[in-house]
Amino acid sequence: MHATTTSSHRSTRQASTAKKPRNFRWRVVDIVVASVIGVASGVIFWAWGLAWSPLSAILAFTPGLEGLLAGGWLFAGVLGGLIIRKPGAAVYTEVVAAVVSMLIGTQWGFSTLIWGVVEGLGAEIVLALFLYSNWRLGVALLAGAGAGVAVGLLDTTFTSYAALDFGYKVVYFVSAVVSGTVLAGLLSWLAVRGLARTGALSRFAAGREGSRAPSAAIS
Amino acid sequence: MLDTPPFPAGHGAQIRAVQIRARDWGWRHAGRHSQAVSGLDLQVTPGERVLLLGASGAGKSTLMHALAGVLGDAEDGDETGSLLIDGRRAAEARGRVGLVLQDPDSQVVLARVGDDVAFGCENLAVPRAEIWPRVRQALAEVGLDLPLDHPTSSLSGGQKQRLALAGVLAMRPGLLLLDEPTANLDPTGVIEVRDAVVRSLDHSGATFVVIEHRVEVWQDVVDRVIVLDPAGGVLADGPTREILSKQGERLAQAGVWVPALPPRFPTRSPITPAQTLLRAEGLAVGRVPFGRRAASVVAAGITLNLRAGTATVVTGPNGAGKSTLALTLAGLLKPAGGTLQASDTFAAGIVSEPHRWRSQQLLTRIGTVFQDPEHQFLAATVRADLQIGPRALGLSQAEQNSRVDELMHRLRLDHLADANPFTLSGGEKRRMSVATVLATRPRLLVLDEPTFGQDSRTWQELVTLLAELLDEGIALVAVTHDAQFVNALADEEYRLGMPDPIRLGTGAP
Amino acid sequence: MSLLTPTIRPSVVARLNPVAKLAVALIVSCALLLSIDWVSAGVALLLEAGLLLWCGLSARQFWLRTAPVWIAAPMAMITTVLYGEDSGALLWQFGFISVTEGSAQLGLAIGLRVLAIGLPGIVLLATTDPTDLADGLAQVLRLPARFVLGGLAGLRLVGMFIEDWHSLTLARRARGVGDGGGLRGAARRFFGPAFSLLVISVRRGSKLATAMEARGFGSDEPRTWARPSRVRAADAVLVGIGFAIAGIAIGVAVWAETWSFILA
Repeated sequence: MHATTTSSHRSTRQASTAKKPRNFRWRVVDIVVASVIGVASGVIFWAWGLAWSPLSAILAFTPGLEGLLAGGWLFAGVLGGLIIRKPGAAVYTEVVAAVVSMLIGTQWGFSTLIWGVVEGLGAEIVLALFLYSNWRLGVALLAGAGAGVAVGLLDTTFTSYAALDFGYKVVYFVSAVVSGTVLAGLLSWLAVRGLARTGALSRFAAGREGSRAPSAAIS
Repeated sequence: MLDTPPFPAGHGAQIRAVQIRARDWGWRHAGRHSQAVSGLDLQVTPGERVLLLGASGAGKSTLMHALAGVLGDAEDGDETGSLLIDGRRAAEARGRVGLVLQDPDSQVVLARVGDDVAFGCENLAVPRAEIWPRVRQALAEVGLDLPLDHPTSSLSGGQKQRLALAGVLAMRPGLLLLDEPTANLDPTGVIEVRDAVVRSLDHSGATFVVIEHRVEVWQDVVDRVIVLDPAGGVLADGPTREILSKQGERLAQAGVWVPALPPRFPTRSPITPAQTLLRAEGLAVGRVPFGRRAASVVAAGITLNLRAGTATVVTGPNGAGKSTLALTLAGLLKPAGGTLQASDTFAAGIVSEPHRWRSQQLLTRIGTVFQDPEHQFLAATVRADLQIGPRALGLSQAEQNSRVDELMHRLRLDHLADANPFTLSGGEKRRMSVATVLATRPRLLVLDEPTFGQDSRTWQELVTLLAELLDEGIALVAVTHDAQFVNALADEEYRLGMPDPIRLGTGAP
Repeated sequence: MSLLTPTIRPSVVARLNPVAKLAVALIVSCALLLSIDWVSAGVALLLEAGLLLWCGLSARQFWLRTAPVWIAAPMAMITTVLYGEDSGALLWQFGFISVTEGSAQLGLAIGLRVLAIGLPGIVLLATTDPTDLADGLAQVLRLPARFVLGGLAGLRLVGMFIEDWHSLTLARRARGVGDGGGLRGAARRFFGPAFSLLVISVRRGSKLATAMEARGFGSDEPRTWARPSRVRAADAVLVGIGFAIAGIAIGVAVWAETWSFILA
């Protein structure tokens, strides 16, 4: 608990809401926390990859709907982008996650890396379109959808899904976008909101607004 | 004033001790309304050794971070006044200052011991040919006699802290800063780290500032104590003994362990006869490693009785299996061998092996307080979290509320009812984790290192509370390294890690 | 075996620069992604098999690490055979599922392709120490050191996740919510600890960042490297082999007239 200071000669009341010059340079804490999120997501990617085989086998009887599972590999970029709020955060986090799942070993080998880059870009482009200054739910959902579009295009062009009939490809593409919106967009936004409330994001702008800072309760 | 000359002849006299000067310095973290530190005026001469004290929230860690130049820029907060290291801004004095933090796990940077120590040198652009001799020397200085490619993940807490110290020493800093470096260590680890620091200071003559609420660890090493005032500026400043005797009462109030003011031991009124709740016979404990079927046994041949109103402590060196034993006694892990049986009255109508009880059946029987309180937190507010247990028991809403209100009052958590458990201070987290367990009124309490890293005030409150619970007839088993805790509460001590475990009936003090 | 300090047996492959390994796997993957045909995938797989023999992995390690690929390949194959683009003679039909000569051939191609892309990546990475990879990325490829080392440091924290997860699950049992609750309870038992783990790791990451900065990390000043990462002749040979595999696979497929460019 931070006690109120008796010697606060300068008024600091408005300071927390005052606009500061935007700083797009990554601090060390940005890099390390983005990496940690990326690494943690990478482990989940890997586990998702294991679960994917049986799940997609079930969905294989409804061809194209496997796209619904794609969101499991898309949330890292949106999550990183929403927390770090710096250009490149979505791509970086998604790539780290892809590389980590690749290090542990996935059936997609090095193409995992290429997928990571493109999926990250899908989310990144949306965040960039909003000039890295809007972090509301709508933008998070769009970023998730952006990643879904990216993976939908990739999968239906370069993977075994490329061999599917056109109708199935469309189903796949739409399912991937829906999955990205929900699993990557909505879940990431909820996670960031929850994280902010635990005070874990105190060094990030994402953790300072909307959360009740302990000292705010006193003053 | 100096015990050693600041320019030792031994190693080419590369180290120049640092001077610190603060003028009306202050810092406010971004997003906070109140100042972390304000109006600080301070001067530390080269080679001085300082113990920094102050109540929680007085800004000790903020000052340390500022001295190390890691407080960040305008994005992280607002700075006022000036804080100078050898006349330069702290953030620009790169490489002149070395900082070791509290948590051993979050300071290891790289996977191999040698690489980790070399990390700081690389960042300071020390030529490669010079790095490795520095690494070897630093490792020798802190007494880590390990191959350079030894994996850092296999080190103990004390070893990790010495590794962090070596990484800092290899940079040859003129100012060594330690922020509660031993709070998370067992007594052996504390001494290892302390001795390594003293050795290196005697060698380098660097200026030294340490934060530590266990004063006895450092009181013979430092020659000056500075007490920060939570209201801003310095509360007291002077020679160690003088400040400790003058400010003793006040410091103890703030949670500092002042050696002249030992904690009070509660008086107990034991109940008789002490009825057995849980009995272990030839018990072997172990965990099932990831991806394996069979448990790897860490301790075996354990025979003990847990009785109502009786405090049993489990002691022993690191790695002897104390925590694993605690988790097994708590019914969370399956015994790897032998038997663990609840008495008929304790089991009260269900099977006698605790690990076969359902999660909800455990609630009224065994409560477990984990070493890291954060592992126990489930809900977004203190009140909601405390209600989880009573709700799982199916109690009425009125009963849930009355239990929670009573507990929050008893453990001084009322004002935090709507706070997120993760935002609490260390002492509050510990009280909270005990409260979550007490909410379902279990008859046996299992505690894993309950007093670890706690300040004297929390310690006192915790011991008093546990004594009350014992008098109410609750059985208690605690894994601990804390000798004072053992003296204050233990009726029986069980030492693990001996070739043959022996039971000492110490009796109530 | 640990991910961060893997037990890597001394072998030709283990001594190669990780960046060269990365390049080879990328070259082969990219070449194979350009076409879906069984000839290019099959040829690449055959040539890779020769290379995998000296990778230095024990048989147990090899099968353990590559297990996901061996499961995925037949799965992808069956899906394609059943739902793949149909052409040629109809072999079997059931509802909207149809197997034709064309879809069967596509299935074979997809199965081989999953193996040919998956195996070299896993095997080359299983023989690579992450620290060496980071050294290579920063010194050979000149990627920004702040990001490479920040990423490497983040990777180290994973080692603690398993331990944390274990405690978090036990704590849930101790608090009365460790079982029951049906599907909702099961979902809670996954998302609850997962969120706690996220909180704990972000905190740990923030502290680690401070510890790294305290050791002079993160400025724009030049830094030195205690471990040099060098590219030797053997590495150039490896990259050459990569190009050769890619070239031969494409060449044979074009010659056999099975090459089907993916965007065509």
